[in-house]
Amino acid sequence: MRTPGVYGAYGGRYVPETLIPALDELEAGWRAAVDDQSFAAEIVELGRTFAGRPTPLTRAHSFARDKRLYLKREDLLHTGAHKLNNALGQAVLARRLGKRRIVAETGAGQHGVATATACARFGFECVVYMGAEDMRRQRPNVERMHLLGADVRPVEFGTRTLKEATSEAIRDWIANVDTTHYLIGSSVGPHPYPEIVRELQSVIGQEAREQILAVEERLPDAVVACVGGGSNAIGIFSTFVADQEVRLVGVEAAGAASLGSGRAAVLHGSRSSVLADEDGQIADAHSISAGLDYPGVGPEHAFLRDSGRASYVTATDEEAVAAFRRLARTEGILPALESSHALARVADLDAELVLVCLSGRGDKDLAGVVARGAS
Amino acid sequence: MPKTLAIYLMAGREAPALAEAAVAGGADLVEIGFPFSDPLADGPVIRLAGERALVEGMRTRQCLECLAETRERVDVPLIPMTYASLLDAYGYEQFAADAEAAGATSLIVADLPADERPELRRVQLVAPTSTDERVRLAAETTDGWLYLVTLTGTTGARRELSPALAALVERARAATEVPLYAGFGISTPDHARAAAEIVDGIVVGSRAVEVAERGPRALTEYVRSLRAAVDA
Repeated sequence: MRTPGVYGAYGGRYVPETLIPALDELEAGWRAAVDDQSFAAEIVELGRTFAGRPTPLTRAHSFARDKRLYLKREDLLHTGAHKLNNALGQAVLARRLGKRRIVAETGAGQHGVATATACARFGFECVVYMGAEDMRRQRPNVERMHLLGADVRPVEFGTRTLKEATSEAIRDWIANVDTTHYLIGSSVGPHPYPEIVRELQSVIGQEAREQILAVEERLPDAVVACVGGGSNAIGIFSTFVADQEVRLVGVEAAGAASLGSGRAAVLHGSRSSVLADEDGQIADAHSISAGLDYPGVGPEHAFLRDSGRASYVTATDEEAVAAFRRLARTEGILPALESSHALARVADLDAELVLVCLSGRGDKDLAGVVARGAS
Repeated sequence: MPKTLAIYLMAGREAPALAEAAVAGGADLVEIGFPFSDPLADGPVIRLAGERALVEGMRTRQCLECLAETRERVDVPLIPMTYASLLDAYGYEQFAADAEAAGATSLIVADLPADERPELRRVQLVAPTSTDERVRLAAETTDGWLYLVTLTGTTGARRELSPALAALVERARAATEVPLYAGFGISTPDHARAAAEIVDGIVVGSRAVEVAERGPRALTEYVRSLRAAVDA
């Protein structure tokens, strides 16, 4: 990677000129923070005393009987998903930049809740854009955000889901860029966001690597994670990329397979593999899992796919629900439907020692799973 | 020097006739929006017009045909304004070549800042947030004139002309001798008059798109009112 923010043919900054100085400022602030030990120390301290880090590594004994399967338990993080790693880290960064108003997008509401939580903790004004359709489907998370003091603004046009919510959050940022930090929720967007989110989520991989080495005294054969925008996946992959013997497997929702059936296009500030038509118009995604229901993906995943370092497969809604139910019965853990996609592909893997990122907990998905009837 | 009056219209079946109507009212330049599904720089009026155009089937090829039909009706410069994803899918060089063959004078790509795809010849945009260094970069690489985004925000009519414009004009004048056209938020003859006092041209988008929905005659009258204000 020669130029920062360029991942092979992907990445870049495809945004209106108005935002470029803010992205330059963000990049400079990020570089300064990375060089400042107090930044890392504050994030570690917040993780330990507020978020619940390190999260455990759990051996799953029965879910996949012919494998030694370990689950990295991001579901046990405060607010119930890995999203808080990124939200807290960017909140510390925003404070360093002197920005006290935060704008974010959310789909299922997990990133919105994480952002509202970080803003409450830091005393920031918080505006979250959410598709009207998602607000209806994810009512409890809307109530959580309200209780945390966030202003949740419905997006009433287009698909009324995450794609439009992201566009509206970026438009808000364009209009309020002097005072506002855009706290993007995944490893997508214009440079330097994909790098910032990867680095803030790499704590997942750093802990998991140490933990699995401690119990198995070797690296896993395969690391598996679900991929929507791809932040939990890039976070756990990033610490294994240099270990060529470790297979990296991303699992997309079959109806939102930006990597599996997408093409190069420009969405939300970067060039990546996107569900788009031959004219570059962005298509709609469809998934039971609101967190994977997004037509784009982080540019680094597109690069890892093209280079062959990571492989990307899909799981259907039905397979994800089956994996959800199976983990509940066999291990006593209700996984998020997003993470259930990763679990759904474990049985097929030609690998003995497998590490799965359990990116979130399934409480938010109970209604949807129960509505699909008993298995 | 008379000031340039640029009018933005969304590509569509009616666009060639509307462009003719705008020119009849005194437009010196017509921008033709090639719609994109996720237009980050646009406020609600142009976003909705783009959604309707896409439903109508205005994909890249149809937009190029619309451009060619418009070229047959008017002699003023025609400039497609769009987003990078369309050019990425079509091929950046091929898009520029086919647009030129269809009668385009240049291009505007709303989400392509000057240092992204620098080889593509186009009208560059600068904003109140742009640093002096970025204003220089944009001015050095722009195609004919520099597009000054008057405000920190998306397209759409505003009550007042942006107070940020004057300072941006001053900085741009210090950096370049290319003509400066101001757009975003200019919708009334009063805005047009005030902006024209300090820049070489103005661009009217969202309000023109709204008026165009009432037909060519209404658009001609509206453009005429802007023309009179700009020439006053």
